[in-house]
Amino acid sequence: MSNAHAANKSVLWDWLTTVDHKKIGILYLISGGFFFLVGGLEAVLIRIQLMSPEMAFLTGDMYNQVLTMHGTTMIFLAAMPVIFAFMNAVVPLQIGARDVAFPFVNSLGFWLFFFGGVLLNLSWFLGGAPDAGWTAYAPLSTQSSGHGVDFYVLGLQIAGAGTLMGGINFLVTIINMRAPGMTFMRMPLFTWTAFVTSGLILFAFPALTIGFFLLMFDRVFEANFFDANMGGNAVIWEHIFWIFGHPEVYILILPAFGIISEVVATFSKKRLFGYSAMVFATVLIGFLGFMVWAHHMFTVGLGAVANSIFAVATMAIAIPTGVKIFNWVFTMWGGRIKFNTANLFSVGFIPTFVMGGVTGVMLAVAPADYQYHDSYFVVAHFHYVIVGGLVLGLFSGLYYWYPRMFGLMLNEALGKWNFWTFFIGFHLTFFPQHFLGLMGMPRRYFTYPAEFELGSLNMISTVGAGLMSIGTIIFLINIVVTHVKGEKVSGDPWDGRTLEWAIPNPTPHYNFLQTPLVRGLDALWIEKMAGNKKMTPAEPVGDIHMPNNSILPFVMSLGFFIAGFGFIYFNTAGTPALIAVIVGLGIGLACMFLRSWIDDHGHHLHKEDLLKEDKGVDV
Amino acid sequence: MKRWLRLGRIVPLLGIMMLGLMGCGNEQISALQPQGKGASAVFDLMILSLAIMVVVLVIVFILFGYVLVKFRERKGDDSIPEQVEGNHLLEVLWTAIPIVLLVVLAVPTVTATFDLSVSEKSAEQSADGAEEDKGPMTINVTAHQYWWEFEYPDQEIVTAQELYLPVDERVNVNLSSADVIHSFWIPTISGKMDTNPGDKLENKMWLHPEKVGTYQGACAELCGDSHALMYFKVKVLEKDDFNAWVKSMKETKYDDAPSQVAQGQKIFESNCLQCHAVGDKGGNVGPSLTGFSDNEKVAGILEHNKDNIKKWINDPQDVKPGNNMPDFDFNEKQLDALADYLLELKTAE
Repeated sequence: MSNAHAANKSVLWDWLTTVDHKKIGILYLISGGFFFLVGGLEAVLIRIQLMSPEMAFLTGDMYNQVLTMHGTTMIFLAAMPVIFAFMNAVVPLQIGARDVAFPFVNSLGFWLFFFGGVLLNLSWFLGGAPDAGWTAYAPLSTQSSGHGVDFYVLGLQIAGAGTLMGGINFLVTIINMRAPGMTFMRMPLFTWTAFVTSGLILFAFPALTIGFFLLMFDRVFEANFFDANMGGNAVIWEHIFWIFGHPEVYILILPAFGIISEVVATFSKKRLFGYSAMVFATVLIGFLGFMVWAHHMFTVGLGAVANSIFAVATMAIAIPTGVKIFNWVFTMWGGRIKFNTANLFSVGFIPTFVMGGVTGVMLAVAPADYQYHDSYFVVAHFHYVIVGGLVLGLFSGLYYWYPRMFGLMLNEALGKWNFWTFFIGFHLTFFPQHFLGLMGMPRRYFTYPAEFELGSLNMISTVGAGLMSIGTIIFLINIVVTHVKGEKVSGDPWDGRTLEWAIPNPTPHYNFLQTPLVRGLDALWIEKMAGNKKMTPAEPVGDIHMPNNSILPFVMSLGFFIAGFGFIYFNTAGTPALIAVIVGLGIGLACMFLRSWIDDHGHHLHKEDLLKEDKGVDV
Repeated sequence: MKRWLRLGRIVPLLGIMMLGLMGCGNEQISALQPQGKGASAVFDLMILSLAIMVVVLVIVFILFGYVLVKFRERKGDDSIPEQVEGNHLLEVLWTAIPIVLLVVLAVPTVTATFDLSVSEKSAEQSADGAEEDKGPMTINVTAHQYWWEFEYPDQEIVTAQELYLPVDERVNVNLSSADVIHSFWIPTISGKMDTNPGDKLENKMWLHPEKVGTYQGACAELCGDSHALMYFKVKVLEKDDFNAWVKSMKETKYDDAPSQVAQGQKIFESNCLQCHAVGDKGGNVGPSLTGFSDNEKVAGILEHNKDNIKKWINDPQDVKPGNNMPDFDFNEKQLDALADYLLELKTAE
């Protein structure tokens, strides 16, 4: 990348201070990818323990720690950041912007997430990880001994603040920074889903923030919000958690829908079927996502009226989701479908997600949920939508946008091996779990007696998990091979339809030399069909204003990280913990002060230099 | 027309599927082998929803498969497909059909939700309305880390780890917890319901077993280290047998233990009785041991024999990690005596 200012400094300094959305996207991808491997390792440990009846590999508390960290890591530290990686890497390009609205906040959001994630995972080395499940139901979480749950609360609080900032940033970016002519109804579907997801983050994460504060006060300062003996109420936690937690699954899945919409359209050589219906469905799913949280609580005892209302509301989500599925199938109808790896993942997504979706409707039948709830049926369902939906979508997006993000094309042969092993392994792992649940296997059990006849299906499931691991390893090999070979690709390797493919490779750090003029949906495709080699510019070449790099986000996050440690050990360490809190918060506040005090107007890239640099670039 | 023909093929397929599912798993614990009215009602709903969903799956898969085969890229074909915007008729169709399917599902869902709940009114009436004055029997279930307490308030008996139920009778259950949230689940008899800590959050449900037998109950909500070991047995008895059991539970006296276990009784009374009740004596911190030796399992998980009783007392943390029973450091002789005494704790036939 051609950042003249960073060129003098070391590479490490450049990455620590960057405010470039494309680099932040890569940072999100690498750290999210790393946590994916950690969460995956935890999943493999779970499957080894459940391989056959009465195994003694991980028992009791150890198993609870592993399962808690698996869920927490995958949701908060793996899936969300990889989504943010794509949003950062793609959204500004798709809307023809030069950056996100608040580049400094973007960087701060990443570093908060990163330090929060590190803090949470340090619990493994500091006396034990959280063990109350990723849902951390009170009073199990408030009574949990050791500091595991404190790490959970503080780590996720810090990471969650970063996510909330990211969401707000993308809302503002998408509302304010679209290129001329890019009306809302001309936005690519991935941008639309990123937009709705950001809106969901804006409303869902504050609920989580409050929940974590209450839990922190119960644990650290001995409050009694959730203690029934002192007039508290444990079910309140469940409501707060799921008012966040249900939209969260849509925060995760909507961007995957966006990716599928882009990939399927590109590789069928067709525009998306029923674009406006897809947009409407996205918004409707986002809205309904907030209205159905109590379907996680059918067995809590809310009563028949509440259960009925939430059951029917939940079923309603199937309608817009069904619209999406049929629109994807009809996007392919009459097209010219190319089965490369990116599209294989998208095509594999469709039937898999339908299967996860129909079990979702089955779960919405409240009385039937009295049997499914907290059984392996639920485990099967949400892995079908989150792994079979989201992770297949993320793989698809990664193969699709890798040339954009890194200027390199992932190896196709290895990619196909990656797809088939992962895809078959996935179904082998999770399909039997539907039956395990119905046959009476509750979730979060570290063991089961031989007499219940659950052994063989569990064994199949474990074998599947092994196959998924092989798929993941092939993917890692693919990355290494691709970067060792390092064959450069053009800016538009897929004959793309949307604006991110209108930029030369490697992407200049100012994105568009001239802001493009958008003349319809699939803006680049329209220009291609009109016989143009380039996007029609909306402005003459001029000076470009860019933000300055800053180390403050990193230092500020480090400060909160230190303060987090202080709060975690507040009860047991006394004065040192208090000092950590004061120093940490002091660093954070000092950084905020500096950010407000120092005038930072950014810098300009001059027209003459830009034109010099632009020469010889082949579009 | 063709689609209806396909549906005609699906219905018998579903029948086979249903029969197949009914044979699935261990008959003590599988939700696919309902032995009670609640579980049967739920099973019917499961089959209905499954049937609708299989129809949806089949339609999508057929369309999807056709598209993948028919419209795949062929060598040398560089044509640009027609850029279709959408089709209103089709889009309305695949919005309307799911709505109809969901209504078909929603109506029985709501009906069953109300049927399975215990409202104030229905709590006063028995299932058939015959004994309106008396109402159905009530059992208070209290969940503990990691065991179950069953109190029969009208009969004035308390058991632990084994729930006795009369067959073909509706029983109302009040659920609460002594510590964290647990979930009471007997898959073959009825769905689950959480047990929440605190008086304000007590839950109600009903059980109506239809077949004599022994079934398996479990805790379904993560409750700590031994969550996976919080099993209990459900014994469904003929009405007469149930009454006989109630009578012997109340009448059996444990004061006059046989002389050969007197030593065990002494150890028990000085070490265990503060927490464990036997008959009308003792505390209720731990499970009641009244009728202990009639149980099928030790601690809900181990086979009921002397070795396992000793194993449990000797190192409770090893058997059920995280439970609240202290380590007493009994020697081998004391363990033997205790186990012998506990084996005598059975109700008279």
